[in-house]
Amino acid sequence: MEWLQQLVNGISLGSIYALIALGYTMVYGIIKLINFAHGDVFMLGAFIGFYAIARWDLGFFPALIISMLLCAIIGVIIERVAYKRLRNATRIAALITAIGVSLLIEYTVIFFRGASPEAYPEVLPNTSISILGASISSQSIMILAVTIVLMILLQFIVHKTKIGKAMRAVSHDADAARLMGINVDNTISATFAIGSALAGAAGVIFGVYYTRIEPLMGVLPGLKAFVAAVLGGIGSIPGAMVGGLVLGVVETIVSALGYSLWRDAAAFVILILILILKPSGIFGKNAREKV
Amino acid sequence: MKKSKAFWGFLVLALVIYAVVQGMISGGILDLYYQNILIQMCINIMLAVSLHIVIGVTGQFSIGHAGFMAVGAYISAIATMKLGLSLPVAIIMGAVISALAGLLVGIPSLRLKGDYLAIATLGFAEIIRIIFLNVDYVGGAAGMVVTNMTTWTYAFVGVVITILVIANFTNSRHGRGCISIREDEIASDAMGINTTYYKVVAFTIGSFFAGVAGAIYAHNFFIIQPTTFNFLKSFDILIYVVLGGLGSLSGATIAAIFLTIVSAYLANFPETRMIIYSLVLIIVMLYRPTGLMGTKEITSLFKFGKKGGSKV
Repeated sequence: MEWLQQLVNGISLGSIYALIALGYTMVYGIIKLINFAHGDVFMLGAFIGFYAIARWDLGFFPALIISMLLCAIIGVIIERVAYKRLRNATRIAALITAIGVSLLIEYTVIFFRGASPEAYPEVLPNTSISILGASISSQSIMILAVTIVLMILLQFIVHKTKIGKAMRAVSHDADAARLMGINVDNTISATFAIGSALAGAAGVIFGVYYTRIEPLMGVLPGLKAFVAAVLGGIGSIPGAMVGGLVLGVVETIVSALGYSLWRDAAAFVILILILILKPSGIFGKNAREKV
Repeated sequence: MKKSKAFWGFLVLALVIYAVVQGMISGGILDLYYQNILIQMCINIMLAVSLHIVIGVTGQFSIGHAGFMAVGAYISAIATMKLGLSLPVAIIMGAVISALAGLLVGIPSLRLKGDYLAIATLGFAEIIRIIFLNVDYVGGAAGMVVTNMTTWTYAFVGVVITILVIANFTNSRHGRGCISIREDEIASDAMGINTTYYKVVAFTIGSFFAGVAGAIYAHNFFIIQPTTFNFLKSFDILIYVVLGGLGSLSGATIAAIFLTIVSAYLANFPETRMIIYSLVLIIVMLYRPTGLMGTKEITSLFKFGKKGGSKV
């Protein structure tokens, strides 16, 4: 029954990837920019959650909400300051700016608090529940529940609200959307806000689950989440969820087979295979779904 | 005629620089610290110029250049430390294997465009790094001990050859093919240019010289570790090219020289260095997206002045 346990671990990891991947995929869908700074928003979310829990003695849910709110604001600031001027610039210029923003966030954090890691306080009860002979920690279940709730909320926002409709319209055709009276700038900011809030949530969940956070922690999960977004078909919201889960499970299986040092390579091998064989990703066909 | 004039001019300039620096080293004016900075500068110029041919000339956005540097470094280190070969042979071995790696990576990934290509090259570079991390023959994560063999002469000869080959390539028929791909891939395809072929050629040449730089780098320090060649190193190289101007060889060279000096002064404040780097990157992209020099070369600045004068 060890396999079931590994599967649950994989799904927990995958749901974190999926939460980050959603931000990548939404931003890419709407302005065709790989927001490299997204992984660092995830890191900031983890640190905001840490300070909320450790310094202000808040519980898990208040910390989660504070982190999501602050990350949403940070996301909008990044978009307004750095990316807004680059709407009509070349793709390379936009990509380099995104890399610059990413480095700036990382090293500003290191500058102010040092590069030392921080141990996340235990805020969720950690008991093992035995299901079908596999012992599954209550934290995994909690994380999964939070992720599912956030994803349902996102689906609701994208498909049932006015701003969601605007987001879908802008991602489909920004010029036509502008002609129809949609405020494109505000819609893009809203997309950044939602994506960054999800990254913030992922940061807090990551901290609680893995208990160790550091200023450069966002880089690798950020890249892997991007892989997940490409795997699922970039621009597609269900694709990001499925891609994240698949990636998490594959990584956990590679570790479980005893190749834990090759774990990081697995993600990039998947990326290259998918880019070469089917660049549109698993859900690439339903391009109209993208946001 | 004009081209060969520039060629000899460059060669004379190179000889003069070499003679002056060598004289200062022999005369004891430059101590080991400054010599090390000079070698570092040469390595960075080679890296910048070798990435320039991929990004600046051909317009293919690669952010995995450190991977090829790693191949050159490790292969040459194996050649000298394990096989007992001499340094020049090791450098050539490292460069050739690195070019082969570039060919292997380039053929599948150069079918991709823009952002996807960038991510694919990043992925390949990370895979290369993880392979070296997991091979015990080259020391794994602990790294590999390498004797210090690089001298100023090796580094400088490397730079001169790199610049000469890449400048000549850019001015050749093949180079023009690459430039046309940068300007408009569809149009150049329609004109009968084999775009895939030229992209792969440029990428392979770029990885060859990244391998040379890696080999010289490996023998400049006493140890090489896989973490040295992570994506931050790739970004470092990218910054030289972007800051200098996408498409300007002299721009990339000047940026590499300038940033090496800056980072040498900020060596004790690595965070400040990275903050300055990233701010420079953002500001340059926001206010001057073509980089400081654009696609102009430093020589064309003088020519421009002459032409303007004659017209009036």
